[in-house]
Amino acid sequence: METRGTRIGLWIWAVLVFLFLWIPLAIMAVYAFNSSNIQSWPIPGFTTKWFSEAWHDREVRDALWLSVRAGLFATAVALVLGSLAAFGLSRARFFGRDSVSFLFVLPIALPGIITGLALNSFFVLWGVSFSLWTIVIGHATFCVVVVYNNVIARLRRTSGSFFEASADLGATGFQTFRYVTLPVVGTALVAGGLLAFALSWDEIVVTYFTAGAQNTLPLLLFGFIRQGQNLPIVNAIALAVILVSAIPVYIAQRLTSDRGPGGG
Amino acid sequence: MAVDPALLTEGSPRRGALRSVSRFSWRRPGLKTLGQISAPVAAFVFVYVAALVALLVKGFWTTDSFTGKVVHAWNLDNFRTIADAPYPTIVFRTLGIAAAVTATCMVLAFPYAYFLVRIASPRLRLVLLVATVLPLWVSYLVRVYSWRLILNPDGALNWALNGLGLPDLNIAYTNWAMWLVFTYIWFPFMVLPVYAALERIPYSYVEASADLGGRGFTTFRRVILPLAIPGLAAGSIFTFSLTLGDYIAPSLVGGPGSSLIGTVVFDNLGLANNAPFAAAFATVPLGIMAVYLVLMKRLGAFESL
Repeated sequence: METRGTRIGLWIWAVLVFLFLWIPLAIMAVYAFNSSNIQSWPIPGFTTKWFSEAWHDREVRDALWLSVRAGLFATAVALVLGSLAAFGLSRARFFGRDSVSFLFVLPIALPGIITGLALNSFFVLWGVSFSLWTIVIGHATFCVVVVYNNVIARLRRTSGSFFEASADLGATGFQTFRYVTLPVVGTALVAGGLLAFALSWDEIVVTYFTAGAQNTLPLLLFGFIRQGQNLPIVNAIALAVILVSAIPVYIAQRLTSDRGPGGG
Repeated sequence: MAVDPALLTEGSPRRGALRSVSRFSWRRPGLKTLGQISAPVAAFVFVYVAALVALLVKGFWTTDSFTGKVVHAWNLDNFRTIADAPYPTIVFRTLGIAAAVTATCMVLAFPYAYFLVRIASPRLRLVLLVATVLPLWVSYLVRVYSWRLILNPDGALNWALNGLGLPDLNIAYTNWAMWLVFTYIWFPFMVLPVYAALERIPYSYVEASADLGGRGFTTFRRVILPLAIPGLAAGSIFTFSLTLGDYIAPSLVGGPGSSLIGTVVFDNLGLANNAPFAAAFATVPLGIMAVYLVLMKRLGAFESL
């Protein structure tokens, strides 16, 4: 229906938007190999030394380790709470059901600064000192919804007769869970877990308020960038951070696409 | 599914504690639901909702300017201070930038989403959708930082402009830079709901409009655009809300005159050591979002989320 002119115009528009989205990331990736300390464009030459320098930096190591632990624990909490919530709400119809599901979505609907400052006030009020666990709690609040959304979407697409058939054949609820429910939601759980980890891995807005004096990797980068310190190392870590979050998201996308294993 | 057949053989109902529990939960689905959701609901109510309450309560307390300690004396001073200079200016600046970012994202996203729905082949559509969403998951901090590198006076932007024979453009550390960076980082949030809204428009509507004599632009204005409004409204919730609460972009690419609501909260919690005022000020975006959500709900945004 579109005229030839419109079609050409839309093609050009789409190409420009695509370039707008990806050129900054491409430039970021090139800067990671900058042989100079000075961040000017174009870079004078290529080197990989900043990667090994970043890897051997004590502060970076500590921050990396903290980020990994926080991500793993937050993912674990999100998997348990998110899937329980999804199982409970997928078929239930009761008064207040919408409020309950709204409760889980709230941490991503509100600006992160509100979640962060609220948790900060809460911890200070109860005299909880900032530790790995306050970071985990902060991350878990917004990771739960990712697992919840993935699992509930899968359960909605699954016919309830599977579970009834299992019971008719004499399975206990636990056997049904082990042999029917888990295989059905397995890939959705894995995808939700990967997305939760990716979300936790580079979160900064909430983390700043729940970390106290500790540095996760994004917080360390934020500090370096603001003070203009160690920028070559920042560039190298930035590229690594991009890859570490993009890969789980790509796998998760494959797992939940309709043609993926166990889809349907 | 590998199921041990022995587990599923027919026979008289077996007894045992496990079976009693599972029979009970089958007969009482309500109790089963309660058992499943009680843990996550309790966690959210006792931590998250309690934290939001703590935030509100803290806004009514004060900081002793001499000792820097928080005094638990109830008063409205923090909320009164919000009306004092420079805070109203900061609130209006934030609203202005949020509105500009929202409008720019709409203008960029609409033709792009239209291209995905009507022009792109299914394969290209999938590739571009993934290419649009993937940056959302790539570190937000890194994406802001990449613009700091690009907008630098000797960065890629001026290199490209000089290559084209154009003069330098120095917008680093200005409100223009914040507008550009916010548009860049929130753009995917606008594309997805607009794409979903356009995809739902049956092609027969466009044909019907053409049969009734509607030319391209008339069809666009009277058929496609009205049906896409819920999607645009849904996308604007994200672009608006996220800009209201951000403090990373202002501190990395903004300048001295670029304080936003998020910056005020961030500075008061950190440098200024006035947590109660930070808490009181955080209720400003909360209130604005409450009003905004009501308005967008009227436009049908919630059905398009």
